[in-house]
Amino acid sequence: MKISRQEVEHVAALARLDLTPDRIELYSAQMNDILGYMDKLAELDTQGLPPTTHATARTNAFREDQARPSLEREQVLLNAPASDGEAIIVPRVI
Amino acid sequence: MELYELTASRLAEMMARGEASSEEITRAFLERIEAVEDKIGAFLTLCPDEALDQARRADERRRAGRAEKLTGVPVAVKDVITTQGLRTTCGSRILENFVPPFDATLVAKLKAAGLPILGKTNMDEFAMGSSTEHSAFHPTNNPWRLTHTPGGSSGGSAAALAAGQAPLALGTDTGGSIRQPASHCGIVGLKPTYGRVSRYGLVAFASSLDQAGPMTRSVRDAAELLGLIAGYDPLDSTSVDRPVPDYTACLGQEIKGLRIGLPREFFAQGLDPEVEAAVRGAIGILEGLGAELVEVGLPMTEYGVATYYIIAPAEASSNLARYDGIKYGLRLKEDNLRDTYFKSRSAGFGPEVTRRIMLGTYVLSAGYYDAYYLKASQARTLLVRDFEAAFERCDVLAGPVTPSPAFELGSKLDDPLQMYLTDVFTLTINLAGLPGLSLPAGLSSQGLPIGLQLIGRHFEEETLFRLAFAAERELDFAARHPLPRL
Repeated sequence: MKISRQEVEHVAALARLDLTPDRIELYSAQMNDILGYMDKLAELDTQGLPPTTHATARTNAFREDQARPSLEREQVLLNAPASDGEAIIVPRVI
Repeated sequence: MELYELTASRLAEMMARGEASSEEITRAFLERIEAVEDKIGAFLTLCPDEALDQARRADERRRAGRAEKLTGVPVAVKDVITTQGLRTTCGSRILENFVPPFDATLVAKLKAAGLPILGKTNMDEFAMGSSTEHSAFHPTNNPWRLTHTPGGSSGGSAAALAAGQAPLALGTDTGGSIRQPASHCGIVGLKPTYGRVSRYGLVAFASSLDQAGPMTRSVRDAAELLGLIAGYDPLDSTSVDRPVPDYTACLGQEIKGLRIGLPREFFAQGLDPEVEAAVRGAIGILEGLGAELVEVGLPMTEYGVATYYIIAPAEASSNLARYDGIKYGLRLKEDNLRDTYFKSRSAGFGPEVTRRIMLGTYVLSAGYYDAYYLKASQARTLLVRDFEAAFERCDVLAGPVTPSPAFELGSKLDDPLQMYLTDVFTLTINLAGLPGLSLPAGLSSQGLPIGLQLIGRHFEEETLFRLAFAAERELDFAARHPLPRL
């Protein structure tokens, strides 16, 4: 499958990445290379096979819904790019 | 011998006999780091004062008779694992100033057992890479040959051990990131069964594949360290609730009658002859000790790289969506939300991480999901069945860790697909969730280490330790090849 420049730009937008034109160029070439290699999987007959998402058999892990202490607000805000001591300051949304 | 040349078990014995204190030992490693770090570049952050504090507390604890086996033995921690109050960058600019407000469960366990933390080790950004060259900060050099990579992504941890900068280290392995650098640096590395060690506090790369494990200079040390970090954790719903055995109890047990499967596909064309010779030599030793060799097939091996490099980037693109410049991490100041996302992410992620986010986003996007992600998830089913069939005929699988010894710095950076193909023998084990161990088996004519890989059934780490311990005794790698001179 050949991936076009436009598709690479679209994917970058979906992933919220701003790529320069030469990066778009580079990733188009490299993704074509990599995805071309992946076409190998077409050789496999997977008709009707269940997909595997986890290799060890897991079912839902339920627990009691109990209140527990969480991280202190002060500590959490230490890593915020901007805060007023009570909340994280974010750029204008609307 | 210098203190920094000794294994963790030996250091623990010395402390138990009162021949050395944790403070002396920790200081010896800190001095060694100081002396050789310029040449190696194994660490991203060092915390000497805190390490010495922890060492003194470990000594007090020992005097009070409350020491555990490894209490006081210093440890280096891969920078993908959160450490409360100690910067955790994950090798990325986007987390350059991130100071976690909590400890990963396995770090909390190390602290509870009184192991001083020396610092955080270098890695490929977000653990994506096979050479540590994708660290946003600096590369790490292989102590055996400084012009070569230590492997990756846990290259800093592996190099630190091989350079005598730490007696114990933690790594993580999503497609070979513990075993491959262990092989390239001549140390022991174990990727445990998926679910054996809590992932709480591991910065997520591919959640269905990530697993943390011990990196050490001997099999015994690996068994000791796994015992310390393994176990169920309510904070990780994929950790498995089953008892943690004393992994050292099986060391020295006979291996007679164990059936070792040799996957045909692991000895196929493209395998470096020196790697093949070293690996076959080590397997021959196990046969000499009474193990039975069986040839088995893993026909899905040739589809492993394609399967993995769809599934892992897909999970990564989803996991890394959280880096949006809002709550923590790098934020480029913009006056609206949309531009903040785009600018922060583009400035914060390096080329390999960007490439994988792009790949992952593509294979999950509308119109391509069935052709790529679903197809790969079905191929994964076939891969799992491959291993199940092989394990009906043998107890453990043995083969190389990598097709060739460590490569030169810079030699594969421009060709990502070539870099991905070096993971062919390690990443299928993650897709199947199996435990895998890398044991030093010899040196190439260039003086580069070569590892033997042992792969077990789910939760049969003990079989790996038993065999590796038996082979280690005969190979005597550490005695024949002392730490490289730096």
